[in-house]
Amino acid sequence: MSTLVTDTGFTLDDFDGSFEGETALDLASDTDPVGLDFDGISMIRVDFPSFADGRGFTIARQLRLRGYTGRLRARGHMIADQYAMARRAGFDEVEINATLAQRQPEADWLARADWQSGDYQARLRG
Amino acid sequence: MYAYSEFDKNFLASRNAQFRAQVERRIAGHLTEDEFKPLRLMNGVYLQLHAYMLRVAIPYGTLNSAQMNMLAHLAEKYDKGYGHFTTRQNIQYNWPELRDIPDMLDDLGTVEMHAIQTSGNTIRNVTADHFAGAAADEIADPRPVAELIRQWSTDHPEFQFLPRKFKVAVTGSESDRAVTRAHDIGLRMVERNGVAGFEVIVGGGLGRTPMLGKVIADFLPREDLLPYLEAIVSVYNLLGRRDNKYKARIKITVHENGLEKIRNLVNERFVDIKARFSGFDQALLDEINSQFAPPFFKKGDIAIFEKSRTQDPVFRAWSDTNLHAHKADGYSIVTVSMKAHGATPGDASADQMRVLADLAARFGHDELRISHEQNVILPHVHKSDLPEVHKILKANGLGTANIGLISDIIACPGMDYCALATARSIPIAQQIATRFDELKLEHEIGELKIKISGCINACGHHHVAHIGILGLDRAGVESYQITLGGDHTETAAIGERAGPGFSADDIIPAIERLVEAYMELRQSDEETFIESYRRLGLTPFKAALYPDANAIAAE
Repeated sequence: MSTLVTDTGFTLDDFDGSFEGETALDLASDTDPVGLDFDGISMIRVDFPSFADGRGFTIARQLRLRGYTGRLRARGHMIADQYAMARRAGFDEVEINATLAQRQPEADWLARADWQSGDYQARLRG
Repeated sequence: MYAYSEFDKNFLASRNAQFRAQVERRIAGHLTEDEFKPLRLMNGVYLQLHAYMLRVAIPYGTLNSAQMNMLAHLAEKYDKGYGHFTTRQNIQYNWPELRDIPDMLDDLGTVEMHAIQTSGNTIRNVTADHFAGAAADEIADPRPVAELIRQWSTDHPEFQFLPRKFKVAVTGSESDRAVTRAHDIGLRMVERNGVAGFEVIVGGGLGRTPMLGKVIADFLPREDLLPYLEAIVSVYNLLGRRDNKYKARIKITVHENGLEKIRNLVNERFVDIKARFSGFDQALLDEINSQFAPPFFKKGDIAIFEKSRTQDPVFRAWSDTNLHAHKADGYSIVTVSMKAHGATPGDASADQMRVLADLAARFGHDELRISHEQNVILPHVHKSDLPEVHKILKANGLGTANIGLISDIIACPGMDYCALATARSIPIAQQIATRFDELKLEHEIGELKIKISGCINACGHHHVAHIGILGLDRAGVESYQITLGGDHTETAAIGERAGPGFSADDIIPAIERLVEAYMELRQSDEETFIESYRRLGLTPFKAALYPDANAIAAE
């Protein structure tokens, strides 16, 4: 059972669609977001095979820059310290497994729920 | 100098609190050692051979006296009474305890300093010309731009887990003192038709595959800088190799994909990113610019300077080598050598740091700089104060007159400290300096850059030295390889390997033969080593290094 992390902490996954279907995409971490057709897509999930693989952050940002406004989720090995980065890059939520949720409890993630404060990039872009 | 905004202050306080919590969570087991590692690295904490090491950023090499005094305080309170200035304008403490590091960071915060992104696969401390704001040949002060880049790169959400580390250097002068062509991105401030902008160089780097950077944009308007940098790093983040850490730097990405392809991808991505910048960054840059306004330079008689030069040969020798031309009349840039003969290059004791801070406060408009050559600079000293400054330096073991000479050696920490090293660097530097001091030939030899790295990662910049020394491990024995003809300036070049390596015992005599050969080969006393090398090529120098091989070939 996976746990969903949002700004309010841990919740159960409320997405009832299918990633096999026509309205959701499941992206590997080596996906090139340029040229990706997200017409009619309302959910995109980006894989983080390892927390050290930072490609997903750029994939998310590129999707947002290119106009994707649907739900955007990071899934896999992300650590609580990366939550603010994920939100700033354009993700709405993070999906983690039970083992990680146990080792890094809700409080660790909530500590970075203040991702909107102290953001140099938001400040510089104005 | 830049003073932190409220935003900067709040950011740093919460960042330090986060790191303190991360240390606690590591101890509690919420974070594995693997997970903790990048977090400590992006806060400047390494695990070295003997202990943790804290690398503190000195952004674009600029410090005031309060900050230098704080560095002295850290050395005394948390370390063994000294610190080590590095080739990227940082200072390293080699002996702190992990549990003390959050306190060290809080102490640094009180003087607006940090250790953020001095390590890890992040955008590192941005470096700049160490004579910035003072050099006579400067077009524009690179520090405001470097400060803007510091802010932009700090905690950048996309770029904390890059394929590999990423280094940016900025220069505002024709003379390149920031080694811009050996950086992942080098920026040269230029002007075209009265418009300020940048030449952008990408894909330079030393390490095991040394490469000089290539020009990706010959003129980038000033206001496009941040979106353009973001486009480059964004392209690199997706395209850079993650399968092999030795091929992960952007120099390899550019080499494997070709400059044209990278340029096209960057230009395409730039359009989207630029659209999100409202122009606030440029307003902020103007504000930062105003904080770097030059100090009020005094006018005064410099007769005492001329008189001291005539009467005191020691002062004269020092002022010949350690002073550089300042843009203000009557002023000099003073380079304080941290390379006393036989000392560890770049090491400074807490007492020496305090002396330097005091000199800056009394005679130097409260400014100090750290050079990538591991020396400390007083950028603005009036010539009438130089005899007194020299007297104080001399009394504190800081009066060595060797800037640009054979004993002004760059050396990485090597096997004395570093977990990656394959050979010692510091003792080689010490022996070369001591030997040529004994020979009393240093001033006669003239300008000569020796740089020593204790492993292939090339932290000692040996590839761009006139004489580069690379220490390797050959079946458990140190072996030192020599490269010749490298150049770190605007005429940058990667040195050529001279031949087989030398043992630790043989390397000093080899350097001596090389230098003797140069002194015989040079056309005049004015022809420097690098000029002779360019005129004559490798052959005669190789013959001097390997006389026995020559004898065999001649038979």
